[in-house]
Amino acid sequence: MNKVTRWQIGFALALLLAALIFGAIAAFAFVFPDIGDLIPFEQLRPMHVSAALFWIISGATAGVMHYKREVFTEQGRSALQAVFFSIWVATTIAVFVFYAFRKFGGREYWEFPPILCVPLLGAWLLLMLDYFRAWRHRPTDPPLYVWMWTTGIVFFLITFIEQNLYHVPWFRDTYLREITVQWKSNGAMVGAWNQMLYGTALYLMVKISGDEGIARGRTAFLFWFLGLSNLMFNWGHHLYNVPTAGWMRHAAYAVSMTEFAFFIAIVRGFRKKLEEHRRFKHLLTYRFLVASELWVFLNLILVLLMSVPAINRYTHGTHITVAHAMGATIGINTMILLASLGFMLRVDELAASRKKWIARGLAMTMASLLLFWLALIAAGAVKGYRDVVLGMSDFQRMMQPVFEVLKVFATAGLGLLVGMGIIVRHFLAALRKASYGASA
Amino acid sequence: MRGILVTLSVLFAVYTVLVYGVGDRLDTDRANSGIRSGMRVWQERNCQSCHQLYGLGGYMGPDLTNVASLREEPRIRTFIRYGTGRMPALAVSDVEMDHLIAFLKWVDRSGTSKVPPETVHWTGTYLINEH
Ligand code: HEC
Repeated sequence: MNKVTRWQIGFALALLLAALIFGAIAAFAFVFPDIGDLIPFEQLRPMHVSAALFWIISGATAGVMHYKREVFTEQGRSALQAVFFSIWVATTIAVFVFYAFRKFGGREYWEFPPILCVPLLGAWLLLMLDYFRAWRHRPTDPPLYVWMWTTGIVFFLITFIEQNLYHVPWFRDTYLREITVQWKSNGAMVGAWNQMLYGTALYLMVKISGDEGIARGRTAFLFWFLGLSNLMFNWGHHLYNVPTAGWMRHAAYAVSMTEFAFFIAIVRGFRKKLEEHRRFKHLLTYRFLVASELWVFLNLILVLLMSVPAINRYTHGTHITVAHAMGATIGINTMILLASLGFMLRVDELAASRKKWIARGLAMTMASLLLFWLALIAAGAVKGYRDVVLGMSDFQRMMQPVFEVLKVFATAGLGLLVGMGIIVRHFLAALRKASYGASA
Repeated sequence: MRGILVTLSVLFAVYTVLVYGVGDRLDTDRANSGIRSGMRVWQERNCQSCHQLYGLGGYMGPDLTNVASLREEPRIRTFIRYGTGRMPALAVSDVEMDHLIAFLKWVDRSGTSKVPPETVHWTGTYLINEH
């Protein structure tokens, strides 16, 4: 591991902690408005969202930039990696400074002033330059994870630019176009970072099992194409209730139903998975990967339901959407990232007592996340019922029982903070060791 | 392999052009400069951290897609100016307030956020503006 990678890992872990802390405070501020008097919710929420988003992207890029050196048999150091990372860190810090001064850009996911998108774009282009320079040394007939990283990186650029098209007046000329393009790009961007992360998970599984075959072969590639089609065309579920042209709705609905194939594949592969689990469960890296797979399964059930417009009618605009987002970003993305950072940090070679603590942290995280997720679904169901079925118009009255359920959610959020806090603490210890090891 | 990848990419490009070009064909209501300023105020005050438009945004406050037709204008102005228990009083100037109202009216004219039950088709999709 080179020095820049070490910094990248440390920075990503710091963002994870920040996301958890801001998230926990925001959750309590949501339920108890008095807390909002100290730090207003419209300030807390972007801090939480941006920390989480930058955690995912920083962690994903740290992994890909590191692994590609081995996969593309890259020699020497890459100055581009350092330049990319410096711009990335400086911009991320600027985002929080702007929030502190209540300067917002007010776009979902990208709530900071849009001027900061300029350095982010520059940094991404440098990352791509670094990646595609090494691409020349790719193995002939590259394994699937290389394709996944590559499409993830390219689609991140495309969707990032698309997300900023609203600066061109034509794109916000009608409200329907403005909201459509905004959610087309946001929806696909999530698919883009998932490509980077699922690629990383596959790479790690190859490393753990020693079986290159899982990253080759027709079935693996077919499922990848299915995932890619969903990235490209499945964002429409955000917009089911927006009166755009009907084909957009029908296409999204049809494409999202192809995700049943993933569901069937998971169910059919269950027995093999158990066997694999027996072989590798002593490895922490593997356990994080399995945790992510469990969340893929749970979230898939939710996604399949939400993707039916007739059901979406009750869930859209409720905390069920948040449950989906949290299942994906914490359950799937964060677990893969912890597997990846843990792999780079060789946490499986730590002292037994540290490993035990990490395992405890993981167990606590999983239990809290399940409660957290179920509470959000319950809160969403209550709101959906009162809003759509009962048609209540007094907002505060409609929300009253929702806030009660959300107290469970906020409490479970504390469990997440403690569970992941334990993991991060021991990861940081491994990071310190790694840096001493390299400089010695 | 490459064939599938290229086909998918071409489809994506064509689809993107269609979405940009004709996805909003029913909406002919172009934004004027007041509406655009209102949108800017909406963004700079981060209203979407608590409010949704078409169900997208934060959940602390209500969906405001159709607030302009559901509520009287003075009530909307009062809410924005003075806030309530959970809605903060946001010091917006009179001009900003006018622009915000123009923006909310424009959003309201683009359609309704709630999907009426009769538009739900037996296949599970909605038929909005299609019959
Ligand atoms: C901290 C969260 C928060 C922010 C930020 C916020 N609001 Fe609100 N808003 C609320 C809540 C909560 C309510 C519901 C209050 C109630 O019903 O008592 C509300 C109510 C409203 C209403 C009245 C809705 C109705 O149906 O009567 C309007 C209009 C409104 N907000 C506009 C805005 C605008 C415009 C902005 C940005 C300039 C904004 N709000 C920012 C939380 C917020």
